[in-house]
Amino acid sequence: MCDCGVGGPAPPQAPLSRRSALFTLGVAINAVAALLLGVPLIGYVASAIRRRGQQAWVSLGPVSNFPEHRTRLASYTNPFTVPWDAKTADIPCWVRRLDGQRFQVFAINCTHLGCPVRWFQESGLFMCPCHGGVFYEDGRHASGPPPRPLYQYEYRIRDGNLEVRGGQIPTLSEPV
Amino acid sequence: MRVADWFEERLQLKRLLGPSMTHPVPRSSASWWYVFGSATLIIFVLQIATGICLALVYVPSTADVYASLQHLNYEQTLGWFLRAVHFWGSNFMVAMMSLHMIQVFLFGAFKYPRELTWVVGLFLLLCTLGMAFTGQILRWDQDAYWGLGIGVAMMARAPLIGSSLVHLVTGGPIIGAETLSRFFALHVFVIPGLLLALVGVHLLMVLKLGINEWPMPGRLVARDTYRERYEEEVARAGVPFFPVAAQKDIVFGGVVILAILLCAVLFGPYGPNGPADPTLIRTVPRPDFYFLSLFALFALLPPYTETFLILVGPVVAIALLIALPFLAGTGEKSFRRRPVAVVSVIAIVLILGVLTYLGAKSPWSPVMDAWSGAPVPVAYVKGRTPLELQGALVLQNKQCRNCHSLGGEGGERGPALDGIASRMTRDLLIRQVLQGGGNMPAYGNNLSPAEVTALVAFLDTLRSPRDAAARSPVPPHPPTR
Repeated sequence: MCDCGVGGPAPPQAPLSRRSALFTLGVAINAVAALLLGVPLIGYVASAIRRRGQQAWVSLGPVSNFPEHRTRLASYTNPFTVPWDAKTADIPCWVRRLDGQRFQVFAINCTHLGCPVRWFQESGLFMCPCHGGVFYEDGRHASGPPPRPLYQYEYRIRDGNLEVRGGQIPTLSEPV
Repeated sequence: MRVADWFEERLQLKRLLGPSMTHPVPRSSASWWYVFGSATLIIFVLQIATGICLALVYVPSTADVYASLQHLNYEQTLGWFLRAVHFWGSNFMVAMMSLHMIQVFLFGAFKYPRELTWVVGLFLLLCTLGMAFTGQILRWDQDAYWGLGIGVAMMARAPLIGSSLVHLVTGGPIIGAETLSRFFALHVFVIPGLLLALVGVHLLMVLKLGINEWPMPGRLVARDTYRERYEEEVARAGVPFFPVAAQKDIVFGGVVILAILLCAVLFGPYGPNGPADPTLIRTVPRPDFYFLSLFALFALLPPYTETFLILVGPVVAIALLIALPFLAGTGEKSFRRRPVAVVSVIAIVLILGVLTYLGAKSPWSPVMDAWSGAPVPVAYVKGRTPLELQGALVLQNKQCRNCHSLGGEGGERGPALDGIASRMTRDLLIRQVLQGGGNMPAYGNNLSPAEVTALVAFLDTLRSPRDAAARSPVPPHPPTR
């Protein structure tokens, strides 16, 4: 009868070493299992990090929608979305047409902490409702806590449409 | 009784839990000051119960979340009530936990041998605040969307890892569907799991180390004698935890639950406040009350200190709180002989209170519709010349009122303009309007000379007849007319 049963007073030497070998094997098997499970788990959760920096040209509509010397609210559907994103994929931005083909397209997000800035035509200012940041019509910082001018999208004109390079939320570490 | 015995024979719960329930505790701890911790725990149970019920209906998908919340509010039987109880429960839980923490701090309960109990308690506080924040995000309304935007903008300020952090939290390139799913998983699985585990450890240590005795001035804590003296006191003059000490917990816990239910019935559920559609920019995002103080801080800090304080401030604050029982783990326990502790509590409560008040009021934010919604007071246009009246129009049309109040209406970002002529001369007014300065943008590019002349003519009339007009400290220019 084998005396390797649980709880029995085991004689030293041979059975002990067999037991410890089994224990080591158990640890090794579980370490491999942990690795094989842990890597995909982390890879799954962290995959969002690797998807950063995605940008694509998106249309804001025909140039004729934007009168000269005016600043208008426009929006585009974010190019990187999932089908159930719904309204959150509609990203607004401020389009300022200086003249002819010259534009400035500002992100909606205040450079302080990301709240949506609002344009005031009469005073020519963007005002933020959160902490009182104010920007001039060309995006320069006018007052309040924002650390830099408004974020600006790259733009181009294709087939009479105004296009910007968008795709991710602009922040101080990745300004548009 | 036979049924109870039948179960007891098999479960042996009395043998398992009986000694814990009736273990002796210091008579002095059977006090109304010792009920906040148990009340927090009772609210946690309430939050689990209501949270599970809400999850039966709630849909964590950006396309449907708003409709599901509306359905809970208006269609689902008693959905409004459960949402209200869950919301008020969260407010009460944060409040009760804060009271518990203040009591523990003032009574020196964090000192030897309860250092780890304090540290675990801190993590319970962080988890609870995490629940409060993630819960607010699950409302997925405009406050939630832009509140998340604020969180993202803060994380993005971290050097090197900023953008990785942002993407890890949002789950994608923008705040969207994957963000909501992540916060749902955090709010419903991850943080509650952590909370349950930490509560277990916290309670285990309360049982093993005993409830802190009422601190007596002059009775110092020393590592080599404390436990002996505590055991001796408990053996000599202890009372069983159940029912002697626990009855106050039970009464207070019941009152707290009733108060939550009352608030829920009286005030109803909170939000959702407008769907999270980023293109609806006519919004004034505000966090729930426990984060208003933080919100206020970001408006009031000098901008050059912000990034540093956002990134380092919380780490230092948490590190200090963790270090507290290791820095002051022995010695005097009574708040009567710990003036620094008492002053710290008063200072922190006052600072947080004032910041929360300011956050709710947000005097630094422009009032976006004041220019069209707040008229110039009649008294300020009576008997004015046509030029001055034109100036009053410029004042309104150029949105000055968004930041400047007249007759108590309008923004408070800049100074009130009633009586401005008693403080600033005409020249100073012109310079300020054209060049800005302080917190004021320059309007030189946006006002024609005629508009400036009219505006300043109007501003020059704004002073009470009792006050003298402002005078220049230097001799006036020769007259230009």
